[in-house]
Amino acid sequence: MVTGNTNMSGNGQRSFDPSPPYALEARDVNVSYGTSRAVLDVNLKIPEHTIVALIGPSGCGKSTLLRSFNRMNDFVRGAKVTGEILFRDSNIYDKAADPVLLRRQIGMVFQKPNPFPTSIRKNITWGPKINGYQGDYAALVETSLRRAALWDEVSGKLDESGLALSGGQQQRLCIARAIAMDPDVILMDEPCSALDPSSTLKIENLLLELKERFTIVIVTHNMQQARRVSDYTAFMYQGELVEFGPTDGVFETPQQELTRDYVSGRFG
Amino acid sequence: MKKLLFACALFCILITLGIVLVLLSEAVLFFEEVPLLDFITGTIWAPMFEPKSFGVLPLVCGTFLITCGAAIIGLPSGLGVGLFLNDFAPNWLRSIIKPVLEILAGIPTVVYGYFALTVVTPLLQRMSPSVEVFNAASAAMVVGVMVLPMVASLCDDAIRAVPRSIKEAGYALGATKCEVALQVTVPSALSGIVASFILAISRAFGETMAVTLAAGSTPKLTLNPFESVQTLTAYIAQVSTGDTPQGSLEYKSIFAVGMLLLVVTLFFNMLAYYLVKRFRTVTE
Repeated sequence: MVTGNTNMSGNGQRSFDPSPPYALEARDVNVSYGTSRAVLDVNLKIPEHTIVALIGPSGCGKSTLLRSFNRMNDFVRGAKVTGEILFRDSNIYDKAADPVLLRRQIGMVFQKPNPFPTSIRKNITWGPKINGYQGDYAALVETSLRRAALWDEVSGKLDESGLALSGGQQQRLCIARAIAMDPDVILMDEPCSALDPSSTLKIENLLLELKERFTIVIVTHNMQQARRVSDYTAFMYQGELVEFGPTDGVFETPQQELTRDYVSGRFG
Repeated sequence: MKKLLFACALFCILITLGIVLVLLSEAVLFFEEVPLLDFITGTIWAPMFEPKSFGVLPLVCGTFLITCGAAIIGLPSGLGVGLFLNDFAPNWLRSIIKPVLEILAGIPTVVYGYFALTVVTPLLQRMSPSVEVFNAASAAMVVGVMVLPMVASLCDDAIRAVPRSIKEAGYALGATKCEVALQVTVPSALSGIVASFILAISRAFGETMAVTLAAGSTPKLTLNPFESVQTLTAYIAQVSTGDTPQGSLEYKSIFAVGMLLLVVTLFFNMLAYYLVKRFRTVTE
């Protein structure tokens, strides 16, 4: 459900506060790589059980922002994050915060399907196994694959290599792998950019089902995709969050000139 | 130009053929006097004394002992260095370790040999007085160190070729660096790692200088690493450097032993080739 308040501040910037509770909240987040600054003073509240799309032209910082939500930027040499990101009421960049634990609760699906070079079954069970999952693994495999709308296609060949699947199936396997951890949030970094239209459609339909259980933040180049699947859209440009609001509002009545130009296809 | 390059290629083939032919023809002469079965299954190797006996098993056993010991030392540590260089070492440390490995790889094998004799063996003897002056353990240790740079360098290449995206998938599932290194990176790089292991074993198997110096020249059917043994290669070295008359049975025997070395090494290389191919179909 899309609810919230729009506030107009003195300088004409529109800030939008969706209704709580929030799955993630970014406060004055800055990310820099060495001397280049990729994300500038971003404030963003991501409501639970919704799909939030991050859009913007290449290099606008949307992927960088996404990867700061589960601290994947920690692996990039020279990356530095300041500000706060609140998850379950605590700052994930706090000194005491454990990034490994965080990534068990915030899953990620990458741009290119990246299944492990092993069987379909092991792709699903590996994450829960290293985290000490005690339940029934066979049931976990089935539930995860069903939720990722892949079960019917692979149920007879769970011990075959995940790499033998088609690109679209591999990406759904990666989604199933993320789901198996039962995370609160799933981050998706252009999950359909390497897929054909029919695979893309399958994944988009899947996202709409998944938001019942998870909060989804999706980076996409594809504005139609953002419109089709997301509840809220954040438009970024040159590291700044230009506009955030309910998706219909951002696309139909954008408040900023830049947003209007971008969503109407004038640049980007 | 094309003809010149073809000549280079032809040169390789001719040399290989020539060596195999020489080995074969002399070995055939040897096997006319000593039955092949006696050679392969005999347990006493006494080419210099009467009654002469040409059972190759003691030499095979000595070779096996040293190759296994070297593998136990060289393979895990080589893989460890490869993993450390890729996933754990900061840049500055990597830039120190890499050239050190190059130096280690460049140390002449004869230096390793007297290092074993003058440093490793006394250390072993301090731990246990029953260690003989020439012993398999010291030879195995230095051969293990000798193959380490090769294993490390090949594993480093194999591990570096693992796509970053697969490692990221591991991290994104809440895996620690160690879990990703051992459970994602190593299996993904398995073909290269296995190939490096087999090449290292093959190298340890054929190593001559260090083992001749350190392990001695007592052909003995033993699995005790603290006794003196003789390897296939050390025997060839011993006979070749001695005053064995050409055409004698001992002289011919080194061709039989050489043939055996060639066959086993060929087997290792084919095994490496097969495994690399097999694992590759799994991982790609």
